[in-house]
Amino acid sequence: MDAERNGGPAPVLRASGIVKQFGAVRALDGVDIEVRPREVVALIGDNGAGKSTLVNVLTGVFRPDDGQMMFDGRPVSFASPQAARTAGIETVYQDLAIAPHLDPVANIFLGREYRTPGPLGGLGFLDRRRMVRETERQLAQLKVRIPGLGRRMTTLSGGQRQGVAVARAVMWASKVVFMDEPTAALGVAQTGQVLQLVRQVRDTGIPVVFISHNMPHVFEVADRIVVLRLGRVVRELDPRTATIDEAVLAMTGSLASGRVGLGDGAMANAGSGAAEGRGARG
Amino acid sequence: MVSASAGREAGQAPDSQPVAEPATRRRPLDVLSAYFTVLILLALIAFFSLWTGRAFFDLGNFQNIVIDASQLLLLAVGATFVIITAGVDLSVGSVLVFSAVVCAKVMVRFSGSAEEVTRYEFPTQSVGIPLGIAAGVLSGLAWGVLNGLLVTKLKMPSFIVTLGTLGMALGFAQLLSKGVNVPNVPPAIQSEIGLRELVGFDFAGDRIRLQLPVLIAIVVTVACGVALARTRFGRYTYAIGSNAAAARRAGIDVDRHLIKVYGLSGLLAGIAGVFDLFRFGNASVATHSADNLAAISAAVIGGTSLFGGLGTVFGSVIGTFIPAVVRNGTVIARVQPFWQQVVIGAILIVAVFLDQRRRRAEERM
Repeated sequence: MDAERNGGPAPVLRASGIVKQFGAVRALDGVDIEVRPREVVALIGDNGAGKSTLVNVLTGVFRPDDGQMMFDGRPVSFASPQAARTAGIETVYQDLAIAPHLDPVANIFLGREYRTPGPLGGLGFLDRRRMVRETERQLAQLKVRIPGLGRRMTTLSGGQRQGVAVARAVMWASKVVFMDEPTAALGVAQTGQVLQLVRQVRDTGIPVVFISHNMPHVFEVADRIVVLRLGRVVRELDPRTATIDEAVLAMTGSLASGRVGLGDGAMANAGSGAAEGRGARG
Repeated sequence: MVSASAGREAGQAPDSQPVAEPATRRRPLDVLSAYFTVLILLALIAFFSLWTGRAFFDLGNFQNIVIDASQLLLLAVGATFVIITAGVDLSVGSVLVFSAVVCAKVMVRFSGSAEEVTRYEFPTQSVGIPLGIAAGVLSGLAWGVLNGLLVTKLKMPSFIVTLGTLGMALGFAQLLSKGVNVPNVPPAIQSEIGLRELVGFDFAGDRIRLQLPVLIAIVVTVACGVALARTRFGRYTYAIGSNAAAARRAGIDVDRHLIKVYGLSGLLAGIAGVFDLFRFGNASVATHSADNLAAISAAVIGGTSLFGGLGTVFGSVIGTFIPAVVRNGTVIARVQPFWQQVVIGAILIVAVFLDQRRRRAEERM
């Protein structure tokens, strides 16, 4: 895999010089980023660093004010999230973006329902059996277990819901999956399962861009770590050689107190910094 | 739980399920809720039957209940769709009256000259009546679409929008009719259409009759029930009420769908307005002032959640017949009519309370 990376399969997605301005605030200030096949890229940064903005630009939610995007070797400009999805880019949102009253099958196929063949399909009749079959296949492939696909999402656990959200993204993504804080609301065991899911997606060849605040999760799952600060990529780290301290340092800039008491203490600082920074930028 | 890793079989929880348990077609919870309201309905029927005997428990009387409930049924079906999207349509009663007035005006205008219709001659009623029906139904649709446009494009709460159009539709109806019943409506609409027996025969001493409005109400209700449960239109209706942001992210044109849903509610109110005219020869403002709340409570008794995402047409059918049976039964039992409102109100509260409790027990979210 190293050889692959160094020799370099062509990046699936390459953005350069991305600028995004909200009024007086420069949320992204010339960001360069690449996503190559079969890798997990972690995108880390303090609150307000521009992670979410970057993801929104790359997935067609926002139009960048400047910069180029290459997708599959061709310059692109996604006019909408739908355009990005049509191109094969899927996103797992922090809040999962599921319809809690619908069942997993309906959620996975939401907006892409199969209709029955023939005139009934023309009237909009749903081919539920076919959707159930494909959902079962997809979940089995990801080794996600859902007890009863006919149940509402509200009756499932947080981990199961996350499993459905990830399964939906993977099912429709042919090129890239973005995951925005997929472990934010989960317990320890469920987090482990989601991280495993991230690796499984990667192993199918589809790269994953993983956004997280949680350094241990990032180091556990990422092949490459990109650190954003104040709208710029300030460092790129290799999780096999870098330490969590280095990552935190890069995220927060030079610590005024010097390099004393990094480790847990620095994590705590980063955490409180994040709390203070909340609301500064979307 | 997400049992992700391959080598974790030994550590799995004992309740872990096979990878892909066959999906149940209907969610067990929905069936249970529906059964529960059905039980209330059956209990009420049994209660009034024991109390008043054959006066209530009689095929002819049951038909009366169905005929009386058929208009409210249409409104309740419309309310079901709107409420599932987490909205509400308060305008239906006024739209009903407006549609009836428009239908009557157009019908009279095209059924003969002014002098002819005052002499109760309707030489061109074969043109006037269909035109009137079309105008009445379409005017209902137009009010519904207007509601939908205001809710989506101006991003206004549906409660406010439809409260506004409630007043406007009623005001326009009264302006059009000058506050009185539209005169010189062709009597054929009652004798030949509204009250005509499509099917009529004697059965066990009772006259079984099926009138066109009842037949249409049944067909429309079944069609809407199937559309809600089995089609993409229904799926989007639930999805929008459950999580509009998620629906939008999934590529659903939420605004367009909501306009269709409010349009459907208006359309059904328009049909109900035409029925009113064809059954009674006029549409009176007073009798429909509480139709909106009756339709909403029918949907809610039937398990539709005001918060959106939940509800079935079948439930709303039951929710329509529960108050209809109470009204009919109390009249036959010669109970003071004021008791009707007390009983129906109490049933509404109890039904929703039990519904909520059962759902909370099932849900983790």
